[in-house]
Amino acid sequence: MSIEVKNISYTYMAKTPFERKALENVTLTIEKGEFVAIIGHTGSGKSTLAEHLNGLLVPSTGEVCVDGVNLKGKGNDVRLAKHKVGIVFQYPEHQIFAETIYEDIAFGPRNSGKAEKEVEIQVRNAMQFVGLDYDLFAQRSPFQLSGGQMRRVAIAGVIAMEPDYLIMDEPSAGLDPVSRDAIFTQLMAVFKKRDIAVILITHSMEEAAQYADRLLVMSKGQIAIDGKTSEVFKEQRGTLQEVGLDVPESIKLTDLLCAKGLKIEGQALTKEQLVEYIKKAKGWS
Amino acid sequence: MLADITLGQYYPGTSFVHKLDPRTKILATMSFIVAVFLAVSATSYVILVSFVLGVIFLAKLPVILVVKSIKPLWIIILLTMCIHLLTGQGEVIWSWKFISVTKEGLSMGVMMSLRLVLLLIISSILTFTTSPIVLTDGIESLLKPFKRVGVPAHELAMMMTIALRFIPTLLEETDRIMKAQMARGAEFTGGNIIARAKNMLPILIPLFISAFRRADELAIAMESRCYRGGEGRTCMHELVYANRDILAATGIIVLILFIAFLKWGGELCAI
Ligand SMILES: Nc1ncnc2c1ncn2[C@@H]1O[C@H](COP(=O)(O)OP(=O)(O)O)[C@@H](O)[C@H]1O
Ligand SMILES: [Mg+2]
Repeated sequence: MSIEVKNISYTYMAKTPFERKALENVTLTIEKGEFVAIIGHTGSGKSTLAEHLNGLLVPSTGEVCVDGVNLKGKGNDVRLAKHKVGIVFQYPEHQIFAETIYEDIAFGPRNSGKAEKEVEIQVRNAMQFVGLDYDLFAQRSPFQLSGGQMRRVAIAGVIAMEPDYLIMDEPSAGLDPVSRDAIFTQLMAVFKKRDIAVILITHSMEEAAQYADRLLVMSKGQIAIDGKTSEVFKEQRGTLQEVGLDVPESIKLTDLLCAKGLKIEGQALTKEQLVEYIKKAKGWS
Repeated sequence: MLADITLGQYYPGTSFVHKLDPRTKILATMSFIVAVFLAVSATSYVILVSFVLGVIFLAKLPVILVVKSIKPLWIIILLTMCIHLLTGQGEVIWSWKFISVTKEGLSMGVMMSLRLVLLLIISSILTFTTSPIVLTDGIESLLKPFKRVGVPAHELAMMMTIALRFIPTLLEETDRIMKAQMARGAEFTGGNIIARAKNMLPILIPLFISAFRRADELAIAMESRCYRGGEGRTCMHELVYANRDILAATGIIVLILFIAFLKWGGELCAI
């Protein structure tokens, strides 16, 4: 039960003067139950990689398999395999089209041929996950919502398809901190409740550190680092800085405090953890 | 997915043709179109075709790219050819049952479709070698003299610039929305016409919404930078003619004179 990416490369607008190599020899495997963050600068190929994972883009060379099915084909098994991978695009609220929120969220489940009764259940569940009250919102127009609410509708539209692999492309871009936290809390709830893999694409190291168990660092279309989050911060700091990233602020602050003589044990991946460690070191708790 | 549309696309380069002033290129293209309609004899077509090939060579454009620009209209070209082939009157050179092809029909068909091909190719060469912004600068500058008779030169050019600027953006947006809906299991092929039209709604509605949003944002951005139309505006890049423009103009004038001579030269001599 995994997505296997074998040695893929992809070039946009091949054979024109605008040719641009976006991915080069990328190989990786993502198992169900993993929470992976793909992190890298703008233009490093994160979104391009994501679009390969459910067959929206076909690699120039190499292959992508979902649960053992090569996405290159056209058969029914390929269609089903693609439906297992849900992808929430950057600014997903721009894809909303239906008259009511219900209709928009139901679009995906209906396309995978579910009966109307089942569709309703899935819409209800999805709305609950993203924290939109069914009775209050289901029949309202999605275009009267705030930006954050619209994004939740769009995310619900993907969650309603009950994917086994959920890809989120910069879900927090352009949101206020409260909406952002809400979305991540709900994402964690989906992740914990159902046995799925979450692939979070972000360029914020803080977000990656807080939520992901595994880090995939991309640079210039290649995978620069692939490892457990805590180990990457411990052992690969140099490589991170080489590709223009760094460890999260909380770890930087830990180092500064240690240099000043405070004895902090362990790795503070979030600012909350750091506060705990400081309290412990000072003997305040 | 939508990358096949080549007509009206800029192909960056630094060739002689790329560097020409846009006004020269626009006027030359128009002159060439006139020349195409003046051409009647086989000789003149040989000259025109060699001229176009020469320009393609000078512009260092890949021939495949230029040939591709015919693609959107190839059915019409083929149709023109067939109609003239089948309806021509005169000396029959081949016939089968009630269908007969005449010598006149054949030459007329070849001429007409060649005209279409030449028109398409020369206008694509213009857009391949001139970036949209420069092209509209050229159009604005050429339209300026007509301001007195009420042609809103600047406004027209601004509208064109904006439209051209947003074509790739909208194509990209369409691509993105299509992908997003495909990721939710939407399928855009198959089914009858009504089903297909209905399938397009999840693309068209978000596309329109985003187009209106962009238009709104652009208007606000322009107004907040005190845009108020063409009165008294200066250009960042002033257009200036160079020696190569004189060279190119000479080239196209010689071509026209030559074609005109081939058409009317006989009559002139007779007088
Ligand atoms: N539709 C496209 N056409 C041409 N080039 C593209 C397209 N999408 C992305 N690219 C290029 O591919 C590279 C990787 O882009 P992308 O995967 O979107 O990066 P990221 O998501 O990490 O910001 C960039 O250099 C970008 O310019
Ligand atoms: Mg991206």
